Amino acid sequence: MALEESHVRRAAHLARLAISDDQAGRFVDDLSQILDMVDQLQQVNTDGVAPLAHPLDATQRLRADEVTDTNQRDEYQRCAPAVEDGLYLVPRVVE
Amino acid sequence: MHNQTVTQLAAALKSGELSSREITAHYLQRIERLDGKLNSFISVTAEQALNGAEAADKARAAGDTHALAGIPLALKDIFCTKGVKTSCGSKMLDNFEAPYDATVVEKLSAAHTVSLGKTNMDEFAMGSSNENSHYGPVKNPWDLTAVPGGSSGGSAAAVAAGLVPAALGTDTGGSIRQPAAFCGITGLKPTYGRVSRFGMIAYASSLDQAGPMARSASDCAHLLNVIAGHDVRDSTCATRGVPDYTEQLNAPLSGLKIGLPKEYFGEGLNADVERAVREAVKVYESLGATVREVSLPHTHYAIPAYYVIAPAEASSNLSRYDGVRFGHRCEDPKDLIDLYTRTRAEGFGEEVKRRILIGTHTLSEGFFDAYYIKAQKVRRLIRQDFLDAFEDVDVLMGPAAPTTAFDLGAKKDPVSMYLQDIYTIAVNLAGIPGMSVPAGFVDGRPVGLQILGTHFAEAQLLNVAHQFQQATDWHLQRPALAEENA
Repeated sequence: MALEESHVRRAAHLARLAISDDQAGRFVDDLSQILDMVDQLQQVNTDGVAPLAHPLDATQRLRADEVTDTNQRDEYQRCAPAVEDGLYLVPRVVE
Repeated sequence: MHNQTVTQLAAALKSGELSSREITAHYLQRIERLDGKLNSFISVTAEQALNGAEAADKARAAGDTHALAGIPLALKDIFCTKGVKTSCGSKMLDNFEAPYDATVVEKLSAAHTVSLGKTNMDEFAMGSSNENSHYGPVKNPWDLTAVPGGSSGGSAAAVAAGLVPAALGTDTGGSIRQPAAFCGITGLKPTYGRVSRFGMIAYASSLDQAGPMARSASDCAHLLNVIAGHDVRDSTCATRGVPDYTEQLNAPLSGLKIGLPKEYFGEGLNADVERAVREAVKVYESLGATVREVSLPHTHYAIPAYYVIAPAEASSNLSRYDGVRFGHRCEDPKDLIDLYTRTRAEGFGEEVKRRILIGTHTLSEGFFDAYYIKAQKVRRLIRQDFLDAFEDVDVLMGPAAPTTAFDLGAKKDPVSMYLQDIYTIAVNLAGIPGMSVPAGFVDGRPVGLQILGTHFAEAQLLNVAHQFQQATDWHLQRPALAEENA
């Protein structure tokens, strides 16, 4: 499956990654090379094989829905770039 | 002192021959004097280390019986440490101090070990040479023109150079075993889920696993005793009980059945590396093991499957770096999208961006089934190869990497770098444990013998590695840098 620059631009948009025109061209080359290697997967017959998501086939463990942690908001916000009154600050979203 | 193993240092601490303060001060002095040549540490925490050493000495005097109390260690800079920067090798986290300790860090502190600092690594653990670090490449102590391997290259180089007796690394596709091989040390990647991932910065969550890197299998066993075990804060962590990994070390190997996967001895393997590995296998025969050839027929598809699954998981895991809650934030964002896109463009390096883009692309509409689901199906076949092989043999052996350490700057395109991991990557897809142990040299650069076992066979792997180290002295060889006194 050939990779177009439009694919790279779409992925960059979805991943919220700014890329320059220059970089876009370079990523098309690099990613094409990687996907050519990945395309070898199509040679494998996987009829009737179930996808494997976890190497030990574990399922999600459940626990009782109880509060187990204390409020540490101030502690957790200390490493944030901008906070005020316990809120994370971002550029204005709604005028 | 710095040429002793953890096991030897622990005995000296126990007998009172050495104090943790003496040992810790000695290693800190070596880091200060020699790490300028290697760049193996991102942060050195001398003051905390000396305080920790004093606390450990007091605890021992008061009757603390932790085997490793007072032993200095280093942590790959992927483990969150409260009050000490955790960068993950990235500009994105250059200003990040975690508000909590990783579970393994808590466990090591509870055992009164002493952290000397945080080691260099490929950014977000993405790399096989340690050249992808925001903090610059690490040099191989055996040859300063060679890479130390990656992504746990700082941990491997620091241990090999005698800057620290042992360190923790992480392994998502070979990141403990390949640098251990390149630097001539012993490294163990445990079974997926054997060690908690809580507080270990995520790269590919279904593959990531932490493990010890040290100078002997016995040292790795002592460290695994401390870090293994269930953790309610990591839902993928195994609930199975933890044995004493030192107990089986001395079991004889007579009757051990070794399989040599024929796919691990094919095209692309350096002839001198192959010779060293086959010599090592002969040592096992002399210890009473039997050897047969086996096949892992889907080996060839492990790298393609990995480069769908790992980037897919990475693209999702790394979406958290948005300039809002922690880490780098761009200057003067004009709106929310600008904040996200510019923060991420500035904070991530090239290889991380490549993997985020590949992962986003292969998970996107129209490509998901052809790439991601296909790769997960192939992953099941790869795991089945190993399970079938372990029906017939106890352990598998082969090279840890196709060559010895390559020169800095030698691998220019991403795919040639990825192919480095041909013998290690399938192990993570299958979730089984693997080790690399020193097995010789080619032109002065170390060769690693890889030993693989079935799920939760760590005690057996450590036994098999330890017996080899009783019969050989490859693991005792030191680079000139480590021979320097003081």
